[in-house]
Amino acid sequence: MSSHAHSAPHAMPAPTGFISKWVFSLDHKVIGIQYFLLALAAVCLGIVLSVLMRFHLVWPSAHLPFITGGQMTPEQYLALVTMHGTIMVFFVLTTAPQSGFGNYFLPIQIGAADMAFPRLNMLSFWTTFLAFVAIIAAFFVPGGSPISGWTAYPPLSGLGQVTGPGEGWGQTMWIVSIALFCGASLMGALNFIATIIDLRAPGMTLMRMPLTCWGWFVTAILGLLAFGVLLAAGVLLLLDRSAGTSFFVPASEVVTDTLLNHKGGSPILWQHLFWFFGHPEVYIAILPGMGVASHLLSTFSRKPIYGYRAMAYAMCGIGFLGFMVWGHHMFISGMSPYSGFAFSVLTMAIGVPSAIKTFNWLGTLWNGKIQFTSPMLFALGFVSLFISGGLSGLFLAQPAVDNRLHATYYVVAHFHLVMGVAAIFGIFGATYFWFPKMFGRMMSEPLGKLHFWITFAGAYCIFMPMHFIGIAGAIRRYADYTGVQYLAQFQPVHKFMTIAAFITAAGQLIFLWNFFWSLKHGAKASDNPWHATTLEWSTATPPPHDNFGGHYPSVYRGPYEFSVPGVTEDYVPQHLAPQEVPRSK
Amino acid sequence: MPIASVNDVVEIIEPKRGGPSGPSKPPRGFGGGGNGGGSGSDSPGRQRAYVTGMTVALGGILMFFMALVSAYIVRKGAGTDWRALIVPRILWVNTAILIISSFTLSRSRRHFLRDDLQGFRHWWYVTTALGFLFLVGQLIAWRQLNAAGVYLASNPSSSFFYVFTAAHGLHILGGLGALLAVAFHKGRRMSLATSSSVVAMYWHFMDGLWVFLFLLLTLGR
Amino acid sequence: MHRDLRIRDLRSKGSAATPALLALLITIMVVATVYVFAANLYPAPTAITAIGEMIDRQYDMTLWVTGIVFILSQLGLAYAIFRFRDRGQKAAFTRGNNTLEVIWTSATIILFVGLGLLGRKAWGETRFTPAEPNAIQVEVTTNQFAFNFRYAGPDGKFGRIDTKQISASSGNPLGLDSNDPAGKDDIVVPTLTVPVNRQVELVLHSQDVIHNFYVRELRLQQDAVPGLAIPIHFTATKIGQYEVVCTQLCGLGHYHMRSLLNVVSDEDYAAFLKASAQ
Ligand code: HEM
Ligand SMILES: [Cu+2]
Ligand SMILES: [Cu+2]
Repeated sequence: MSSHAHSAPHAMPAPTGFISKWVFSLDHKVIGIQYFLLALAAVCLGIVLSVLMRFHLVWPSAHLPFITGGQMTPEQYLALVTMHGTIMVFFVLTTAPQSGFGNYFLPIQIGAADMAFPRLNMLSFWTTFLAFVAIIAAFFVPGGSPISGWTAYPPLSGLGQVTGPGEGWGQTMWIVSIALFCGASLMGALNFIATIIDLRAPGMTLMRMPLTCWGWFVTAILGLLAFGVLLAAGVLLLLDRSAGTSFFVPASEVVTDTLLNHKGGSPILWQHLFWFFGHPEVYIAILPGMGVASHLLSTFSRKPIYGYRAMAYAMCGIGFLGFMVWGHHMFISGMSPYSGFAFSVLTMAIGVPSAIKTFNWLGTLWNGKIQFTSPMLFALGFVSLFISGGLSGLFLAQPAVDNRLHATYYVVAHFHLVMGVAAIFGIFGATYFWFPKMFGRMMSEPLGKLHFWITFAGAYCIFMPMHFIGIAGAIRRYADYTGVQYLAQFQPVHKFMTIAAFITAAGQLIFLWNFFWSLKHGAKASDNPWHATTLEWSTATPPPHDNFGGHYPSVYRGPYEFSVPGVTEDYVPQHLAPQEVPRSK
Repeated sequence: MPIASVNDVVEIIEPKRGGPSGPSKPPRGFGGGGNGGGSGSDSPGRQRAYVTGMTVALGGILMFFMALVSAYIVRKGAGTDWRALIVPRILWVNTAILIISSFTLSRSRRHFLRDDLQGFRHWWYVTTALGFLFLVGQLIAWRQLNAAGVYLASNPSSSFFYVFTAAHGLHILGGLGALLAVAFHKGRRMSLATSSSVVAMYWHFMDGLWVFLFLLLTLGR
Repeated sequence: MHRDLRIRDLRSKGSAATPALLALLITIMVVATVYVFAANLYPAPTAITAIGEMIDRQYDMTLWVTGIVFILSQLGLAYAIFRFRDRGQKAAFTRGNNTLEVIWTSATIILFVGLGLLGRKAWGETRFTPAEPNAIQVEVTTNQFAFNFRYAGPDGKFGRIDTKQISASSGNPLGLDSNDPAGKDDIVVPTLTVPVNRQVELVLHSQDVIHNFYVRELRLQQDAVPGLAIPIHFTATKIGQYEVVCTQLCGLGHYHMRSLLNVVSDEDYAAFLKASAQ
């Protein structure tokens, strides 16, 4: 049986037609690229929406040609907030790092021919695609897109059109989209976990997996346990809206003088279910980025990762604790203050594995031989942003201090740095690093660096000042600063951030240009241009349909053997048998 | 095998304590850390992956239902509007049918393991039939509640009843599809041994889940 | 192994410009941030309650701890970036150090969890301790997009609410039951007036969606959830007028859902009650 497996190593024969090769492909590499392109489209849209928001905050009465009525209304602003948040969290940060790069590189890095279940993989991509279509459709349905934020708290989200424009069809489309997304993510998570457990090459023990694989593994487990909960909550919310049930909508609701006919549902129940998903979700967004950052820091410092085991355990610790801290989003929600305090202490504790990771990243750089390639720059940027954004979490984790900071721009600053921009830096780092393997060509280094400078400086200019005005009391999700007097003083800061956002957003065009230009015109890449150690660099560029061209690698050592004393080269690939390693005398 | 055994290689790189790179340890860890490189459809790694995949899927499904269950508990404690639901008697019969179907399924698997394909098929069909019977019984329960004027939105207790039974019923429907697929051995990718054991896992799980939900709905109402 | 000259160039010994610029950017970011905090460029208004001051102390302590960690780790990163750039040296070969691992793990546990435990006091004062029995009772009712404050009036009793009678358009936004005599003297006003140095207990209600009561000078924030009555309390120590805002997304008018908190002397408070009673 096993010899048979070697002569016909791939589950699926290579497809030939265009449709089966590029549309309904079963190849994890093609599916990975499909996910990546979906996320790329989503991030472009998400950025455009955020730029519109920033524009409106500074020039609220400006005429915009493409908006009905010319001027943006408050509900249109809130629709932008909601759609921006939803698209970024689900279709960018959950899609690109895990489903995109994870799909492409997880099987190759562990030496498998494909994911465990290729058909399921295809199904989960197309379900994600449908979910994306559904969320885009929310822009065009009667009443427009929803306005209840990416957290969709009922009763605002549970009563339909009476609570505001966009809360009719738009909110329904939102729920449908998220439900589809949950289904797709569950399928994806299952596939990742089974692949890691059962399809590792000989010698690829768990403790020899690249940290990227650890990131994808823990993320998949989080996704498996979290998305089902959001799905359940979504189903109940949909029933409240359309079938007259009262899971979340309380009794005796009076909206604009009309008494509604619901029984005593619990709005806080939604918050518990949502954040039971929502907190792990932010780790779903960032863990793959942590894996990529670790991988890049080690590779381009030409040093083994510092404290491999500590890094792997820290990821598991984050995953585990990640399910016990959801209440830190609800300190002021009316939840019992005693549970609030317990959640607070657990949240402070989850800072520990994050700090361990940071220390080990610095330890990896220390006494290294750092090569400043574009992927490395983004990995270094990741570390800096993660430190900045992580530390501000220590304020929000304390309910007393949260009394002061909750729902201010401080929160917006915190989560954009630590999960938004840091995760995006992980995606960029991964793109510059793996582009040559995926497409056989290098991306332009000078353009990559330029892109980095603009994005790194820009991200800090947009989001650092948000801390300052947040501490002084600037409230988030406000369409306008005219309603509250003390907000007017922050306008100069808003203006600064908006201009920074324009520049940063424009800077992303450099990336797009670099990406698409390099696809055709980039310098040809060798099989291992970065002199890296993991299995994807042991195969052809781009990898053949079955990843390793008919044979399968065995693994002889850990993933980060750089600058090993006594070896000629400064890296030892995982697949080289010891006697094959070139040694110096 | 084209690949030299990993064990008999002499490591030249100094092993370091605490590092990830102990020299050429043989594959280990759960799942064995290796499948002979074979990701082919009939390789042991891939067959094992079906079992792993089902285990993992059941974990996800469990979380979905546990979310509903915790919503049930919280919602029951939160409002003053909760009225206990008298579950239709026929649910006892349905529950018994589902439990019996688990026994017939084990019986079928035992025949399979003894290479008695005929006995296997026989009991497999019986299980499938019982599964259908269970679903019909659930539909009758819904009809009875409707006739008694208890609808989805009547009371939170009835809302939860319909949500639980519908969600579980859909999963049973999927299970029936799988039972039929195995009965006619459609999936060529999976050996009959794997597919029947994977489907059996699923079916037993749905059975156990139903018993739990049923107890919740009757005792915890 | 394959060699590609172009790529090799790219990986090998680069100029010092890139690491210098990156280290510089990080340093500028740190300096600018520290400067804004040190110079207090965007000052928060001073707290007007003792608990608010306690919260500020907890905040300050957190700021010190995180500030120091922030400066050290960012500058450490900048230093490593510049110091260990590729100058043709050989990278050190090490896989880590368990002792260091244990040290920084325990240090962060003590620091972070300790900080969290210290925060208990201020939080406990705002939420664990109930209001004093003689605190002034005010009922806060929110709806899209307004605050209403109800005082019990001379009889000290709140009248019953009948949701069917709610009608903002006919001047009964709270739905005071016209059949309940206790409600006849209830005062319903759109702004909150409280006497200085007296404890006030607010009970938050909402009629439709979730809203929030936030006064930055009080350092106090609490959701108003429909179906729940949530009490909070404070003792304002400084006479003045402060803005009350809603911080929970409640619909299109969220941004202008605002009211005022007037902290007044005892005499002014009595005058306010008298004037409103008519
Ligand atoms: C050019 C970059 C970006 C800019 C200028 C930007 C700007 C904004 C602004 C102005 C808001 C509204 C804040 C408020 O009023 O509450 C917002 C909200 C949000 N952003 Fe971004 N953003 C950017 C990138 C991202 C990224 C990469 C993510 C991925 C996590 C993200 C996720 C979110 C989320 C989750 C919200 C909250 C939405 C809600 O309140 O429901 N943003 N962003
Ligand atoms: Cu969280
Ligand atoms: Cu509001």
